[in-house]
Amino acid sequence: MSVKTFREALNEALRHEMRRDANVILLGEDIAGGRGSGGQQDAWGGVLGATAGLYTEFGPERVIDTPISESAIMGAAAGAAVTGLRPVAELMFVTFFGVAGDALFNQMAKFRYMFGGKTKTPCVIRTLYGAGTGAAGQHSDCYYPVFTHMPGLKVAIPSSPYEAKGLLISAIRDDDPVIFFEHQAMFGDKGEVPDEEYAIPFGQARVAREGSDVSIVALGRMVQFAQAAAEALAPTGVDCEVIDPRTTSPLDVASILQSVRKTGRLVVVDEALPRCGMASDIAAIVSEHGFDALRAPVRRVTPSHNPVPFAPNLEQAHIPGTENIIEAVKSIVGRASHAH
Amino acid sequence: MNLDKDQLLDAYRRMRTIRMFEERVHDEFATGEIPGFVHLYAGEEASAVGVIRHLRTDERDTVSSTHRGHGHCIAIGCDVKAMMKEIYGRQGGLCNGKGGSMHIADVSIGMLGANGIVGGGTSLSCGAALSAKVKKTGGVSVSFFGDGAFNQGMTLEAMNFARVLDLPVLFVLEDNGYAESTSSSWSIGGHNPVRRAASFGIPGEKVDGRDFFAVTAAAATAIRALRAGEGPRFLHVQCARYYGHFEGDAMTYRPAGEVRDERRYRDPLKLFRARVVQGDILPEDEMDATDQSVAQLIDEAVAEARKAPLPELATLTTDVYVSY
Repeated sequence: MSVKTFREALNEALRHEMRRDANVILLGEDIAGGRGSGGQQDAWGGVLGATAGLYTEFGPERVIDTPISESAIMGAAAGAAVTGLRPVAELMFVTFFGVAGDALFNQMAKFRYMFGGKTKTPCVIRTLYGAGTGAAGQHSDCYYPVFTHMPGLKVAIPSSPYEAKGLLISAIRDDDPVIFFEHQAMFGDKGEVPDEEYAIPFGQARVAREGSDVSIVALGRMVQFAQAAAEALAPTGVDCEVIDPRTTSPLDVASILQSVRKTGRLVVVDEALPRCGMASDIAAIVSEHGFDALRAPVRRVTPSHNPVPFAPNLEQAHIPGTENIIEAVKSIVGRASHAH
Repeated sequence: MNLDKDQLLDAYRRMRTIRMFEERVHDEFATGEIPGFVHLYAGEEASAVGVIRHLRTDERDTVSSTHRGHGHCIAIGCDVKAMMKEIYGRQGGLCNGKGGSMHIADVSIGMLGANGIVGGGTSLSCGAALSAKVKKTGGVSVSFFGDGAFNQGMTLEAMNFARVLDLPVLFVLEDNGYAESTSSSWSIGGHNPVRRAASFGIPGEKVDGRDFFAVTAAAATAIRALRAGEGPRFLHVQCARYYGHFEGDAMTYRPAGEVRDERRYRDPLKLFRARVVQGDILPEDEMDATDQSVAQLIDEAVAEARKAPLPELATLTTDVYVSY
């Protein structure tokens, strides 16, 4: 066990799986970097360095730089997966799904169903998401609800370096297509990450903090904000439970309902937009299946409903923060110390 | 190139099977028993059979197809009765009734599916070719697409992708003159598909898609280049479709007599028969016997499809994932 960055955790997962299974290949723009240039041929290792050094170990046949052709990359990943490889393809930023939508939504997601269950499409699409880096409107989106909507796709959203490694290993071993969301503002985050390989199963939420008064379900980067809010609230006598679903498809509904039955209150923290987002989805599921357990309205903490802005003050105002979570919790706990 | 008698008869049987299958689907669709909509391949048989007969159907070579996919499926060897059941949406269908005409597939023999998305198959073939290259199977991929798909971004990306990564993909433009109702003589900018392919660095040639012998000779040359590791190739196959874009299309956009003249003077099956009879290569009676056995197969396929039960409702939500 040692302290590693989110970036290093991803890199280790890829390296483990590529060593274990020769059918695992990497496909994407600049994942080695410098292809065909006069300089270094392993120049970048991905736009944020997650694939650094893999070209050196596994060579150009398995670490495949491509032109900037998101449609072709995603389509090739689908075609390679259905014919026996386990491609890990990069959609550099998830915003670009608009360029490559057909291959993702109409091809890889639907093959198994349309072909009557007679085939499988084991591929992973690694993709950057999230605001907080000043990347503004076309490089900061949180489109995991869009992929969660799509039957046939699985969606993983790691919340820490430890989670990133274990979930990526599971994603690569999975026989279904997985969209793997990596928050670009978390690449430098550090945490304890075992050196050995380990797989975190999909569809099993993690209780990031146990508590008895309010359940806070948070996704991805929002988990650390929810934990900070919970710690800030603890001295006021409000004991929050923080649930990290880890994957939104499959979604561990049972664990969320179990927590809500214990606390009677739910706050969902989602960096995706408020309309038709995961917060709305989880709120609806809990309202439908856990209404009797609720002692207060469900609160959603989400960004404002607009594209991600550029100016740092606007961007910060847009992203849900610890203060927003604290406020939401307080609004449903009321006189917190007398709640029970 | 010289084909022996067995090879010729096999090609003829496949073309005749496609023709009879499609004409029968045309007739049966009019009865209202077939759900959804179908896009028929009749008239284009020499393209599918002329190309696919060079492939090895043991999962090493692959085909991606189009809306108009029945012909490619039959050419590669999909079970004709299971295809018909699929088109009827019945149990025992090739995709268990979940795909239908536009998504017929049999990946186990390299058929990566008809495709409901225009141009959707082109990059899938790049991926299949990548599998062949990484796994060193020696396999090649053929991507059939129509003149409409030739103007889709996906197709253009896929062609560049295949060239840059030196993938063994044969891009086959089946130009039947109409993307839905829009003429390919209008929609393909530059009016020269072979030159467009060449601009991607992909060698190609134009071939008469009514002439089985021309298609299969051109495909032989192209596929030999793929197997030799020379990267992608391109064929511009000019052909005619005998029916509308979909069944029910009144084809008011086509000149009067166009289909009649195609059927009368340039029909791929008639041309094939004339050629082999003239050359004294295949006796007429053997082809007549083939016609009869194919007709029987199609009769049986329709009868069995009509009798087959509808899919169990319990299968509605199965097969979405391998595990969930």
